[in-house]
Amino acid sequence: MTAFIFRRLLTAIPVLLVLIIVSFVLMFAAPGGPFTSERPLPPEVMRSIEAKYGLDQPYWKQVFDYVVGVVTRFDFGPSFIYKDRTVNEIIASGFPVTLTYGSISFVVAVLVGVSLGVVAAIKQNTWIDYFAVGVSIGAQVLPNFVMAPILVLVFTLWLGWLPGGGWNGGAWQNIILPVVALSTSFMASIARITRSSMLEVLNTNFIRTAKAKGLSQRRIIFKHALKPSMLPVISYLGPAFVGMVTGSVVIDLYFSTGGIGQHFVNSALNRDYSTIMGITILLGALTILMNLLADILYAWIDPKIRY
Amino acid sequence: MKFLKTIQISALAVALSTAAPVLAAEHPVTGEALSDNQTFTYRVLDEFPTLDPQLVEETVGGDIVRDLFEGLMNQDAKGNLVPGVAESFTASDDNKVFTFKLRTDARWSNGDPVVAGDFVYGWQRAADPATASPYAWFMELTTVVNAAKIIAGEMPPESMGIKALDDHTLEVTLEDSLPYFPLMTTHYTLYPANKKVIDELGAEWTKPGNMVSNGAYILTEHVPSEKSVRERNEMYWDNENTIIEKVTALVINDENAALTRYLADEVDFTEVPAGQFPRLKKEYPDEATSVPRLCSYYYTFNLSDSGPEAFKDVRVRQALSYAIDRNVIVDQVLQGGQYPSFNFTHQKTAGFEIPDIEYAQWSQADRDAKAKELLAEAGFGPDNPLKFQMMYNTSESHKSIATVMAQMWKQKLGVEATQTNMEWKTFLDVRGKQGFELARGAWCGDYNEASTFLDLVTSGSGYNDGKFNNPKVDDLMAESRTMANPQPNYTMVEQIMAEEMPIIPIYHYTIAFMLDPAIKGWPYDNVEKMWYSRDMYRVAE
Amino acid sequence: MYPSTATVEGVAAAEAVKGRSLWADARARFFRNKAAVAGLFMLGLVVLFAIFGQYFAAWSNEEIDWSVLGNVAEAGRPSFETGHYFGTDSLGRDLYARTVQGTQISLMVGLIGAMVAVFVGTLYGAVAGYFGGRTDSIMMRTVDILMSIPYMFVLILLLVIFGRSIILLFVGVGLISWLDMSRIVRGQTLTVKNKEFVEAAVATGVRPFTIILRHITPNLLGVVVIYATLLIPLLILQESFISFLGLGVQEPNTSWGALINEGAQEMNNGTIWQLLFPLFFFIITLFSFFFVGDGLRDALDPKDR
Repeated sequence: MTAFIFRRLLTAIPVLLVLIIVSFVLMFAAPGGPFTSERPLPPEVMRSIEAKYGLDQPYWKQVFDYVVGVVTRFDFGPSFIYKDRTVNEIIASGFPVTLTYGSISFVVAVLVGVSLGVVAAIKQNTWIDYFAVGVSIGAQVLPNFVMAPILVLVFTLWLGWLPGGGWNGGAWQNIILPVVALSTSFMASIARITRSSMLEVLNTNFIRTAKAKGLSQRRIIFKHALKPSMLPVISYLGPAFVGMVTGSVVIDLYFSTGGIGQHFVNSALNRDYSTIMGITILLGALTILMNLLADILYAWIDPKIRY
Repeated sequence: MKFLKTIQISALAVALSTAAPVLAAEHPVTGEALSDNQTFTYRVLDEFPTLDPQLVEETVGGDIVRDLFEGLMNQDAKGNLVPGVAESFTASDDNKVFTFKLRTDARWSNGDPVVAGDFVYGWQRAADPATASPYAWFMELTTVVNAAKIIAGEMPPESMGIKALDDHTLEVTLEDSLPYFPLMTTHYTLYPANKKVIDELGAEWTKPGNMVSNGAYILTEHVPSEKSVRERNEMYWDNENTIIEKVTALVINDENAALTRYLADEVDFTEVPAGQFPRLKKEYPDEATSVPRLCSYYYTFNLSDSGPEAFKDVRVRQALSYAIDRNVIVDQVLQGGQYPSFNFTHQKTAGFEIPDIEYAQWSQADRDAKAKELLAEAGFGPDNPLKFQMMYNTSESHKSIATVMAQMWKQKLGVEATQTNMEWKTFLDVRGKQGFELARGAWCGDYNEASTFLDLVTSGSGYNDGKFNNPKVDDLMAESRTMANPQPNYTMVEQIMAEEMPIIPIYHYTIAFMLDPAIKGWPYDNVEKMWYSRDMYRVAE
Repeated sequence: MYPSTATVEGVAAAEAVKGRSLWADARARFFRNKAAVAGLFMLGLVVLFAIFGQYFAAWSNEEIDWSVLGNVAEAGRPSFETGHYFGTDSLGRDLYARTVQGTQISLMVGLIGAMVAVFVGTLYGAVAGYFGGRTDSIMMRTVDILMSIPYMFVLILLLVIFGRSIILLFVGVGLISWLDMSRIVRGQTLTVKNKEFVEAAVATGVRPFTIILRHITPNLLGVVVIYATLLIPLLILQESFISFLGLGVQEPNTSWGALINEGAQEMNNGTIWQLLFPLFFFIITLFSFFFVGDGLRDALDPKDR
C-alpha cells in the first residue's frame, strides 16, 4: 500500500512538468501578452518590463528558472498583471475560499445524495422513488449558470434572506447559495448511482439470506448493504471532484466570491501567465491527490482489492 | 439580509458615536438632513491591476486612485477646474511655463507635508522607463520638456522640465504651447508620489497598511477579486468637509447579477446592461440616469497594405458608413440615451461644436439609396458581393451592435460581413498589427478637449490602427497646437474624415446607471466621469 | 455526471462471455424498458427537429425583425401571427430558427466529441491491451498522467488564446473524454485476446493491427455503445459551460448553451421564453440520453434485476 501511494505520488512529477511546459508553450505562442495595451508601449518601457519579469531570457532559461523557483522555494513568481502581488498571494487569497465552499458542497452532495439514493432504493417503485429519481435527474441536467441566477432572484431579491454574492470573510449567509448551486448536480448524480448500486446489492444472495434470517430492515441496510453499495459512489468521487473544480468557475464568476476559478478566468483573459500556471499546477496536484484518496478509500471498503 | 444590515448599521452607529468626530447632521452647504450611515458601495466590473497612480491605466483603479490621492488640480461636478494640492497657478503668455503655488496644509496620510518635490518625483517616475508605466505616453502628451526623450531612454529622468522652486512652488516647462495643460493635471498619472515610502517598500507599497496617500481617503482593506475598502483620511487638508466615511468597491463580473444586487440594496451604484435602461427608467425613475460620457464608438477600416483592396476605394467606405442606421443601434439596441454620431469627437467635448457634415443631414432612406449607388459604382453587386471580416472584442453589447450592423449591410447592400469575436488582449494584438479588415474601436478622452480624439487619426499616432494617412490632417493638427482658438482646424479635420471615411462613427457614449437616490453629489455633468467620493453624501431617508 | 467505469467494465466482461445471441436478447430487454423507449422516441423527435425544423421557420436564424428590435418584451413574445413561434431573442432574431440551429450545433458537439473519444480511446486501449507488457504499462501510465491534467482549464486557455473555433471545441471536448474510454477498452481487450478465434488468427499469421481492427474491436462494441451514449450528454453539458464563459461558437451561429445563457441573463426582464424554450430542448435531450444509456446498460447486463 505504501509503495502504491509512493508510486502514485511520483506520477505527480511528470504531470506537473507537462503542465508547466504546456503553459509555457502557450505563452510563447499566444498573440498578445500581459503587457499589450491600447497604445503600444514605448520600446524602452517594454524592455524594462521584460527585464523585470525575466522575459528577455531565452525560453529554456525561463522554464528552468521557473521550475527551480517552484521546486526549491515553492515560489510561483510575481503576477504579470497585479503589480503588488505574487502568485502565491493570489492563490493564498482565492484558494481557501474555493476550498471552503467546495468541501462543504462535496460533503453535502455525498450525504444528501447517498441518503436520497438509499431511500429511493428501499422504496423502489413507490412515489418516493419516482420523486427522488425525477428530482435527481432534473437537478443533474440543470446547468449551474441557470441555477445560480434563479437562486439569487428568489433568495436575495424576492425573499431578501441571503446576500446575492460576495464572500465577506466566509460568513455563513454568503456560503449557502454557492454551496446549493455547486452541489446540486453532483448530489443528483450520487443519488442515482447509489440507488442503482443499492438495488443491485439488495438482490444479492447474502442480503436475501439476511432477510430470510429475519434481520430488521434497518440492520440489513446499515450493517450489510451500505458498505458494498458505496463502491461505485467512491469511484465517482474523483470525477466529481474534477467536475466541482470546473463548476467553481461558474460559482466564482456569478457570486464574485473571490475564489480561485474567478482568478483563473481573469488571468486567462488578461494573459497573466504566471498566475495561470500557478493555478493550473495547483489544480493538477489536487486532482492527483483526490484520485489517490479515492483509490485508498476504495481499497479500504473492498478488501478484495490489493495494490 | 435585512437583519444583517441592521447589525451593520447599528455597529457603524456605535463606531461613529464613539470614535469619529461628531458629525453634523446637516449638509453644511445645502442644509439637507444627512443619514447616520455615511457609506457608499458601488459595483466594479473587474479587479484593478494596481493602485499606483503612475501605473494605473484603467478606470476601476483610476476611480479609486482619485479618492486616495490628489493632484495639483481637481475637477468639480461640472468638470470645471478647481484647486487641489495647488491653491493657484500662473501661466506664461505663450502657455509654455506654468507655475503652481501649493497649499501649505496638504499632508500625506503618515503626516509628512506634501511638497513640490513629491510632484517632481511622481512625474519623473511616470516617464522613467525603469518604472515601466503603461501610461508613460501620457507624460509625452503633456509635452513637458524632455518627457519624450526620457521615455525613449535617451535622457535621464532628472532632465525633465519640472522644478521645485521651493517646497510649495512648482514650475513646469512645456515644449509646446498647451493652454489646457492645467486640466491635464487632474489626471492620475500626474499625481504626486512619496519617494520615501516607495523606496522603502518597493512594489508592496500599494497594499493596505503600507500605502501612504494624500487624498481624502486611505485604503483600509483589499480582498482581491472581491472588494476594496477606503475610509476617511484624517490627515487630508479638507478632511472636515468630507462626509462619506467609507467607500466600498465590490467586484461583480456579471452585469445582470450586479443589477439584481443593486435591486436587493446591496450596492448603491451599478451600470445598466445594454437594452435595459428604458424598462428601469420606467420602473425606477429616480434611480436610473443616463449622462454623456467622453467616449466615442466606431469601426475602423484597415487602410494599410495588409488591408483589403476594396477598402482602398473611398466609395466602398462611404457606402458602408451610410448604410448603418445609427438611430436603430442607439434607440433599439443600446437604449441608454447614446448619441448617434457621424463624426469622431464626442459632441459634449468642451469647446467643440459638431461640424456640418453633409450625410448627417440626409434621411436614412437617402443614405441607403446613396450607399447602393456608391457600392454599385465601385463594382460590387449581387453577382460580385463585397465580403469582409469584422472584428470586435468580447462583450454582449459589441456583439449585438456587430450583429445588427452585419444585418443592415446584408439586407440593404447584399454585403457579407463575417463576425470575429476576440478576447481583449488578442484583439489589441491583432488590431495593433493590422491583422484585420474592419475592427471595432472606441476612444475615451484623456482630457476634455477635442485634440484627445483627433490626435488619433494623425499618421504618427500610436492608436491609429487603421493607418489612415492624410498629410492635410497631420498639418491641421500640428497647427492647432499653437492656435489660440483651434476649433476651426478641428472642424476641418472632422470634415475631411466625413469625406474620406477612414472610420465609421457609430455613437457617442453615455453612461447609464442606477444610483441610490439617497446618494447626492454625483457629478452628473462631468463628462469625463471624474467623481470624488468626498463630494458626495448620503441624505437621511 | 460521469458514467461509472466499474459498471461498464462489468457489462463488458459479461458480454464477452455470452457472444452473439446477446444482441437479440438485449434488444428485447431494451424494448421492455419503457423509460428507455420513451427516451429513444424523444431523441428521435429532437433529431427530426434539428434536421427538418428549419423548413417550418418563418425567419432565418440571423435575420433581425426590425419591428421587434428595441421592444422585445412586448413585440417579441411567442406568437404565430408574427411567425416567431418561440418569440425572439433580445436582438429581435427568431428564437425558433435559432433553437433549431442551436440544436444542430449542440448535438454535433455531443456526437462528434463522442466519436473522437470513441475512436481515440478504442484504438489506444485496444493497442495497449493487445500488446501488453511494457507497451501496455507505458501507455496506461501515460493515461494515468494525462488524467490528472485539469483539461477544462487547458481548453479554456486554448480558446481564450487562439480564439473561438468550432473545430477546437469539437476536438477539445472529445480529447478530454477519451481517457476513460481507453481504460475500459484495454480491460476488455485483455479478456478477449486470449479467446480461441484470436489465437487462431495469430496462428495463421494475421498482422497484429489487422487482428485488433477485425477481431478485437468488434467485440468491444457493446461497451463502447453504452459509454458513448452516456458520454454525449456530458459533452453537451461541457459545451454549455464553455458557452457560459462566452467561448462557444461565433455569431450568428449559436448553441443550446449560448441560448440558455442569454436567456438566463435576461431572466428578470420579462422575456422568460428566451430561457424556457432552449432549456426545454436541452433538458429533454439530456434526460433522454440518460434514459437510453441506462436502458442500454440494463439490456446488455446479464444480471436480471
